Amino acid sequence: MSREAGDTVTTPDTTATADPRSAGGQGEVLLEVSGLRKHFPVTRGAIIKRQVGAVKAVDGVDFSVRSGQTLGLVGESGCGKTTTGRMITRLLEPTDGRIVFQGRDITHVSQGTMRPLRRDIQMIFQDPYSSLNPRKTVGSIVGAPFRLQNVETESGVKKAVQDLLDVVGLNPEHYNRYPHEFSGGQRQRIGIARTLALRPKLIVADEPVSALDVSIQAQVVNLLEDLQDEFGLTYVVIAHDLSVVRHISDRVGVMYLGKMVELSDAADLYKNPMHPYTVALLSAVPVPDPSIRSARERIRLQGDVPSPLNPPPACPFHTRCWKAQDVCGTVEPPMVELAPGHQVACHFPENAPADAEQQVAKAAGRA
Amino acid sequence: MTEQDAITVQAPRAFLEVRDLRIHFPTDDGLVKSVDGLSFSLERGRTLGIVGESGSGKSVTSLGLLGLHNRKNAKVSGEIWLDGQEIVGSSPEQVRRLRGRKMSMIFQDPLSSMHPFYTIGAQIIEAYRIHNDVSKQVARKHAIDMLDRVGIPQPDKRVDDYPHQFSGGMRQRAMIAMSLSCDPELLIADEPTTALDVTVQAQILDLIRDLQKEFNSAVIIITHDLGVVAELSDDILVMYGGRCVEYGEVEELFHAPEHPYTWGLLGSMPRLDRDRSDRLMPIKGSPPSLINVPEGCAFSPRCAFAELNEGRSETERPELREIGPGHRVACHLDRADRRRLWDEEIRPKL
Repeated sequence: MSREAGDTVTTPDTTATADPRSAGGQGEVLLEVSGLRKHFPVTRGAIIKRQVGAVKAVDGVDFSVRSGQTLGLVGESGCGKTTTGRMITRLLEPTDGRIVFQGRDITHVSQGTMRPLRRDIQMIFQDPYSSLNPRKTVGSIVGAPFRLQNVETESGVKKAVQDLLDVVGLNPEHYNRYPHEFSGGQRQRIGIARTLALRPKLIVADEPVSALDVSIQAQVVNLLEDLQDEFGLTYVVIAHDLSVVRHISDRVGVMYLGKMVELSDAADLYKNPMHPYTVALLSAVPVPDPSIRSARERIRLQGDVPSPLNPPPACPFHTRCWKAQDVCGTVEPPMVELAPGHQVACHFPENAPADAEQQVAKAAGRA
Repeated sequence: MTEQDAITVQAPRAFLEVRDLRIHFPTDDGLVKSVDGLSFSLERGRTLGIVGESGSGKSVTSLGLLGLHNRKNAKVSGEIWLDGQEIVGSSPEQVRRLRGRKMSMIFQDPLSSMHPFYTIGAQIIEAYRIHNDVSKQVARKHAIDMLDRVGIPQPDKRVDDYPHQFSGGMRQRAMIAMSLSCDPELLIADEPTTALDVTVQAQILDLIRDLQKEFNSAVIIITHDLGVVAELSDDILVMYGGRCVEYGEVEELFHAPEHPYTWGLLGSMPRLDRDRSDRLMPIKGSPPSLINVPEGCAFSPRCAFAELNEGRSETERPELREIGPGHRVACHLDRADRRRLWDEEIRPKL
């Protein structure tokens, strides 16, 4: 594993009840992911299938999330952020690496062992239209987790579901309605109510607001924040919208072609992006202020993201990077902590301390 | 105004002028008033951004401009004047001659708006030859030129590729090449970058801006992303419930907006150019059904300031009034109140 120096936390503090929004993060480590990989085999042949390659969707990712915190994963389509989320929730079987949840290795536990754990790890899906069964009532959809996990509720499932609907801002009277009777934002609230049913500890939200209108997006973002404060939830939020991610995350990881290229506290990442890819991503976001449109310095990346079937060697970004030198195509840059809580995998980082390049070179063993 | 009247009215001076456009769809559940009295004008070389949420009527408007509504299902009234020619009252044959040549469209999803069985080149060649009497060889050369112009590498080879062989960003480029192949004077881009990643989005926005300078065409860009309109537009039209609620120059609209819905849109989006705010300020409720658009001001049920004018918003529909040069607002609130609310309550929180 090339990224052993991942986001390993040295002093797990046991005072889990600290202010959940403090960026420094006192909570204990709830989820720890190291060297996570997912390779999808590419096969050829109709009867005798032989593997001719692999799509390296996720290729060695390390991070950890403290209790009560929000980790945002950003990147463009095909960077492996969704695959990562699906491995954490064990909807996909990891090829390699370790997922530790509450100190317990869940990387390869069986379906049966995983089932009780699903109470603690839940997922919010992107598309509120396809993630709700159109033939079930809201009551049945939100009540499903209780039935599936055989959870007894004090005053019956119906009451519990109505309470949940109330929590997410829906009318409890709508218990017997069907998903098509609701708007997109309301459907996403139904999905969130279902997610909350069993009081999970960790919620993986995959593009929770990208299918919603701007005004509704803000409602759902605020709801997610309120629920976090109320229930002490821990989020892993996967999104491509950098401004939404900055708003809700304590820490942000930037992914490119299956690798984590930068991982930092949110405020620091947006103020001092170090990886050239992060710099380019941030400068590409259109800013809703017409007076600065001509003054802005933009970095325009050329071309498209390379195919994950055949990613560039060493640094995955060197084919599109304006700072790339020969070493970028031969030596994989290790993840190095160049500022407190700010790790980056780049030979020539931006906005970095003066001795950054030496530090990276030393870590890469090419001093 | 009936269609008969429309034809006899004198042509306006503006390059594109839309007057009281109404597009209604009769359905079993009732009349869907997707566009209900929309007026605006646009000159060559300028870019108009139409902003609104889903169901505000912005895409229906763009299809209406191109005359793409089936007259059997849609009731279109009002006037659309494009360079002296009226479109609503014209025959489908007349509109077809304009479409593609004088006006064309970039659709949101290039994968579903291109034919998967034909090569990219064949589709551009077809569009070009419909409006230009040229040989296949000449048209093919033109298609390669266009692909080169929009930044497709190795255009002479890629011209024979099928849409699925292109990446999302390249497909959108090919789509732009196709819509520009006849040098249209009016280009309508309906959510041109919504399906794309941010770095690709930035490339496409640059491309649209450069091509507009080169061709001096009028561009309408339809989007829900205020960032995109701020980057590209000269003027902005904010739509809500099938009507224009605010219209003005881009600077004016971002720095001194006067409609509470525009405030709501600005407060809803987290912004990278500001310090992180503690809380977003969403608009309560959800957009109205276009079958039952609220009487009076369509936005009043969601408006935080509706009670300031004693129920007038619920009963009386506000007219779009000019409040400054080129700045129009449809709101019952007192002008002084609006300014005070913006300065004291909204702007400090953005």
